[in-house]
Amino acid sequence: MSAPRVTPPTRLAALAAATALIAAACAGSDDTSADTATMDPAETTAPAQSTEETITLVAYESFPSEGTRVNELLGEFAEQTGIDVEILIAGDTGTMLSKAELSAGNPEGDVMWGIDSTFLSRAIDSEIFEPYTAAGLDAVPAALTDLAPNGEATPVDLGDVCINYDIAALDRLGLEPPATLDDLTDPAYQDLLVVQNPASSSPGLAFLLATIDEFGADGWQAYWSDLVDNGVQVVDGWTAAYYERFSYAGGDRPLVVSYGSSPPFEVLFAETELDAAPTGVVESTCYRQVEFAGVLAGTDQPDEARQLVDFLLTPEFQAALPLDVFVFPANGEVELDPVFQEYAVIPETSRELDPSTIDANRETWIDEWTDLVIG
Amino acid sequence: MNRLPRWLIGALVVGPVMGLVVFYAWPFVNLVVEAVGAESVRTVIGRSRTWSIVWFTTWQAVVSTLLTIVVGLVPAWVIARFDFAGRRLLLSLLTAVFVLPTVVMGAAFLALLPDSLDRTVWAVIGAHIVFNLAVVVRTVGTVWEHLPADMEDAAATLGASPLVVFREITLPLIRPAVTAAAAIIFLFTFTSFGVIRVLGAPGTRTIEVEVWRRATQLGQVDQAAVLALLQLVVLGLLAVWSARSARRHSRALELRPLARPQKPRTPRDRLIVGLVAGITASVAVSPLVALVVKSLSTPTGWTFTAWTDLGSAEIRPGITLGLDPLDALINSLQTAAWTTLLATVIGALASLGIAASGRAGRVLDAGLLLPIGTSAVTIGFGMLITFDTAPYDWRSTWWIVPVGHALVAVPFVVRSTLGVLRSVDPQLSLAAATLGATPARAWSEVVVPYLWRPLAVGAALAAAISLGEFGATSFLSRSGGETLPIAIEQLLGRTGSLLQTKGYALATILAAATIGLVMVIDRMGGVDARR
Repeated sequence: MSAPRVTPPTRLAALAAATALIAAACAGSDDTSADTATMDPAETTAPAQSTEETITLVAYESFPSEGTRVNELLGEFAEQTGIDVEILIAGDTGTMLSKAELSAGNPEGDVMWGIDSTFLSRAIDSEIFEPYTAAGLDAVPAALTDLAPNGEATPVDLGDVCINYDIAALDRLGLEPPATLDDLTDPAYQDLLVVQNPASSSPGLAFLLATIDEFGADGWQAYWSDLVDNGVQVVDGWTAAYYERFSYAGGDRPLVVSYGSSPPFEVLFAETELDAAPTGVVESTCYRQVEFAGVLAGTDQPDEARQLVDFLLTPEFQAALPLDVFVFPANGEVELDPVFQEYAVIPETSRELDPSTIDANRETWIDEWTDLVIG
Repeated sequence: MNRLPRWLIGALVVGPVMGLVVFYAWPFVNLVVEAVGAESVRTVIGRSRTWSIVWFTTWQAVVSTLLTIVVGLVPAWVIARFDFAGRRLLLSLLTAVFVLPTVVMGAAFLALLPDSLDRTVWAVIGAHIVFNLAVVVRTVGTVWEHLPADMEDAAATLGASPLVVFREITLPLIRPAVTAAAAIIFLFTFTSFGVIRVLGAPGTRTIEVEVWRRATQLGQVDQAAVLALLQLVVLGLLAVWSARSARRHSRALELRPLARPQKPRTPRDRLIVGLVAGITASVAVSPLVALVVKSLSTPTGWTFTAWTDLGSAEIRPGITLGLDPLDALINSLQTAAWTTLLATVIGALASLGIAASGRAGRVLDAGLLLPIGTSAVTIGFGMLITFDTAPYDWRSTWWIVPVGHALVAVPFVVRSTLGVLRSVDPQLSLAAATLGATPARAWSEVVVPYLWRPLAVGAALAAAISLGEFGATSFLSRSGGETLPIAIEQLLGRTGSLLQTKGYALATILAAATIGLVMVIDRMGGVDARR
């Protein structure tokens, strides 16, 4: 029987591997703690006054953590006020809100960005925000401020979820774009629409709410039965719908639930410059999502947090939102970038449901929809 | 068998036990205590949907596991027994497919599926098989490679057909490794999240998906915690059974660390090796090729823009990405390095301790698997409410992410090493004792040397798992120092063909980094050390 033998080179190799990893870890570790989400404006620009305070802005995952105009502006805020802003990305909106609810009173940050109107009622009920009336609120249209009438949260931006269509694909089929929600059940548009599952997707839920707004709490079920008969396809999330199913991105469905801002982004983020938006938006189907910011209850630095909320509503900051955060300013006095004026659809009247109605019925509606549409 | 002194076993397991208690058990129990009441339990238990979800979760996991084992044994045998060009690359490719984020791999897989299979349960099971092949090949392969071939040869000489040789000789010998692999695959498919969301029909839900949906989309953290507990109960039973069965079937083998795979000698061997390696490689490579293709194609044609502009965060003058791809890569590598260090040390201590002790060791073995079986959402939320006050105000520290990754990676290190340690012939220790060695001395001279090779395999897996980890990171990372998987997810979630191609370019880099890392560590650790 041979004695167990591990050749010295093998043992050495394992040791070397471990050493190399430790070395790699240490090489990077000295700046790891500073690596946290900070854009740390103090490091890049000389502060006008000594920056003593740091507050944390909690945001959803599509908020830019560094390098954009939005981040530059937060740096300017630090220069003006001496308050550094650290950004904490907390996941998708639902996750961010659940985290805030769990840590209510001992929050992870000082200000939160991006609770949308479908989640607003939940946020208000669980008292994650400290009521505050922001300095620039006068410039925000009443339609937005009315959603949180007692200053429970501050409306900071808005966006629309609408049916998007692939202009070239509809042309090839010899079809006009649909004009209404009802058109989507027309046999002419059979097997052309792809939507998201409202149970797992925020635009999917918005589209369901749009149909509830149109057909009422007792009528939307019949409409969805018709949609199913007309071959609507359901996928789990926005990426799957837009980038795998939508004909413009290579799929076979020329109608998709997406954002009102999708056409200008197809222009801006195309790899070659486009003269015209390749996709369009059916305005009557648009459902409005308003996003809110607020001072997190229990913060150690309420004054600094309030100053930041004020800053988020300033015209300079609001003007940077479309390009960097993909939403439109809540501040009515802000001029939009020409690309957005030309290609974006911001309907005069979008559909909306009362946040508390949504909150009270969300689960029932989703369950009912699930039974009806995907069985 | 001469036993190790208690103090030595205690010293070995104290670290792993403390880690598990502080970073897993405490936050999870705390969340359950804070959130769950009798009412939430009644609601969850009373909902018929709960039970249809439990049923679906279980049957798809059983079918996925059985099929993966059956399919995976073939490449495991070829890779363990034969030496051929590209062998190591093939092993690394399979590992990369296993550890890459399922969100990304799922999208690549979808591009390859025929339409008729789209979004069916068979697409889900097929993806589970492809993604988990590496577990069979690595776990079973490590043992298979070390099996003395003379017993099989003897049986064949005595007239046994290859099938009989496999059934009577090989299978009983590799059985502990097969059971271990099956347990891991079952864990992964039972808790499947990304694959279900990307490939499953809408409404298809595992318990894991339902936990996430209730906790984040519906704000019912209490019900989510009950579901997470339910998931654990099922898995806890399995883990105990698996640990028992692994021990019952483990037998001492004369392992030959220096046994090496042979070049295929006969034309028949060459044909078999060529076929199996070729098919396995194409299965592993095609999703990776799909990533590359997706990084080059846009609705308006083919382009290299995503690659030429990858380093720059600026898309057009004045328009920037909001995240730095290079930073994300560096963050990922740093996190992976710390995770590997933590997981390897803890895993080595734990497996030495488990191998040397009886019942208590089995409990620790099962306990270490629990974090994989517990929804990342609930662990993340638990940490959030537990580590929030001094002196445990750790939720904002940078090291909480590597710790979270290590929770998931340690079981892999243990699985890689434990099978080998348990197979060490006890007669060797007895012989050492006869020659006058104390139990501790005999252990350190006889058992410990077997640790290094499987430990290197475990380290490679830990590093790769950390690179691809998505779920826990997105719940733990306060830092926003995005790792690659998170940056990829962000890019793929936005309108604009350039952002899509960039996302897939990053995914390609992640795949390449994973393959490279696994290859380097395999080579250093000498999965097939040559001189």
